[in-house]
Amino acid sequence: MNNFFTSSFLVGFFASTIRMATPLILATLGEAFSERSGILNLGIEGIMIFGALAGFVTTYFTHSLWLGVFAATLSGLLFGLLMAFLTVTLGLNQHVSGLGITIFASGLAYYVYRAIIGSPTIPPTITAFDTLKIPGLWKIPFLGPILFNQYALTYIAVILVIVSGYIFFKTSFGLSLRSVGENPEAADAVGVDVYKMRYIALMVGGSLMGMSGAFFTLAQFNMFIFDIVAGRGWVAIALVIFANWIPSRIFWGALLFGGVDALGLRLQGTAINIPFQYFLMMPYILTIVVLIFTARNASYPSALLKPYRRE
Amino acid sequence: MNLISFKLEKRTPPPWWFRILMPILAVIISLAISSIFLLILRKNPFTAFYYLFYGGLGTKFAFLEMLVKATPLILTGIAVSIAFLAKYWNIGAEGQLYAGALLATWVGIQNFNLPPVFYVLLVIVAGFVGGGVWSFIPAYLKAKFKVDDVVTTLLMNYIMIYFVSAILEGPWRHPVSQYPESVNIAENAQLMQLIPRSRVHIGFLIAVAVVFVAYFIVKKTKLGFEIRATGSNPKAANFLGINTLKTIIIASVLSGGIAGLAGVSEVAGVHYHLIHNLSPGYGYSGIVIAMLGGLNPFGVLFAAIYFSVIITGAQMMSRSVGIPPYIADVIQGITLIVMLAMLLLFEYKISIRRGK
Repeated sequence: MNNFFTSSFLVGFFASTIRMATPLILATLGEAFSERSGILNLGIEGIMIFGALAGFVTTYFTHSLWLGVFAATLSGLLFGLLMAFLTVTLGLNQHVSGLGITIFASGLAYYVYRAIIGSPTIPPTITAFDTLKIPGLWKIPFLGPILFNQYALTYIAVILVIVSGYIFFKTSFGLSLRSVGENPEAADAVGVDVYKMRYIALMVGGSLMGMSGAFFTLAQFNMFIFDIVAGRGWVAIALVIFANWIPSRIFWGALLFGGVDALGLRLQGTAINIPFQYFLMMPYILTIVVLIFTARNASYPSALLKPYRRE
Repeated sequence: MNLISFKLEKRTPPPWWFRILMPILAVIISLAISSIFLLILRKNPFTAFYYLFYGGLGTKFAFLEMLVKATPLILTGIAVSIAFLAKYWNIGAEGQLYAGALLATWVGIQNFNLPPVFYVLLVIVAGFVGGGVWSFIPAYLKAKFKVDDVVTTLLMNYIMIYFVSAILEGPWRHPVSQYPESVNIAENAQLMQLIPRSRVHIGFLIAVAVVFVAYFIVKKTKLGFEIRATGSNPKAANFLGINTLKTIIIASVLSGGIAGLAGVSEVAGVHYHLIHNLSPGYGYSGIVIAMLGGLNPFGVLFAAIYFSVIITGAQMMSRSVGIPPYIADVIQGITLIVMLAMLLLFEYKISIRRGK
């Protein structure tokens, strides 16, 4: 345990905390967009799995990581569109529609992978993203390697936190978005197009979920493995409640969960004699514990789960 | 935006034949949509579906294998439908299945010197208790702390699956086998074969019995009425003096217990020991089956058999036509969505208008 709190350990730990938080930040922001408009998107897990696949396959054939990110984001947008058609236009039950999308999208991802790649003994790989050292800044002692030696997607995620916060609370679009999630009748009465807002929110949300999935295949791993997302989508569903649908809190919440993941990874490598599955379990247990303390005070968008139908 | 909009009018309750026709239509439509994914691979959907159904029903072996897979699917389908009837979103049948399997295995590997009838009964009760307890936790958290049931039931799947995996690589590790699996449960704790020289075991009869019991509970008892009332209108149910929180907890324990029986069926009927990939997602399939079956126990029975055909047949189709077997999951997802849309048709009369 002596070498535990050395500077190099801490740098590694904090840097990997931020890395592990990245897909959670993106996915949870995506869910926040959806839920702020009044739609619970339980398709998130499937959309992330498909995003991971779309990113991998595209990069595998084009050797372009950014085309991979684009394809993943686009696939997320399309699933968001499908979710919007089901829940906004048809007004179907959001719980079951979302689960349907998760089952469909994850099944389709595995189907496409097998159809294109087959089942070779050694799974094919791509050259994944390298970290992007911000010139000058990354040499700052201690903080530099933690904050300024991250993947490009991580910087993008942080920027999107700020942008989303700005959109939600400082723009008229954000006001409309929140109003259709709180009181669609009133929003409609003042001329906000409820259907259009919800379509946009679900497409933006889906895009972020798809991009989040791409992080797994294009940055964290360099291949597509089954169950690659491992329930991170469901963690995002919990995280958005914990963060009260506020982007800055999503950021801090994701760091908390990223920290648990990173700690688990590090403890696995030490002499502590605990089966690794217990570390893998930690984020899920922590999520439930955190919800016990925060759920009662969560201020859900009032119109969440309620289909809006114009009379 | 010039979106198409729909005008919905509540229908008068449709005739009984429409209720039966609806899932059949949903199946046909979803197979038609799924064929797009076959056509993309330049496979003939008719050939593919021929092998799909042939592989699930066409031979005696296929038919019996289909019954083996139908057993856990009937149970998870019933489990999910009981929770959904109370509008309790139990998406944790997968974890509850494992929890049931865990406790059933624990009882089974004790080698109690009991006559088979009693030992099997004990294993079944253990499986029900395991699943029930695991399902009680999220329901209690919902009642006590308002923790969202969707989130907790989902997350608890992962916790239980990791726990089973840890146990299998730790204290329960088979001393000789190189796979993470437990030792076999006692012979007198195993579910008896139902049809000689096949894997069909009495678990199938138990699952069918559960269908009848569930039907009786849901339609004929006070508890069933309370569950349905809580699900359709909680405020009115409260007004009638129904303790909706208590009803939700009972429904969730019942639901989890039945999902636990699916774990018993796999451990005591098929594998005779606990393995870490005991279920290829029976718990999630249960959601699709519950919806396709219209949350009605007999509907669930037919829906489970249909998906068992699809899941069993997907292997044969995969080998014969060269299509990834994951098409079975694609069909499940599409069926769930289509069925949901059909339910809309069932409840409302729709007229389509252009523009706002």
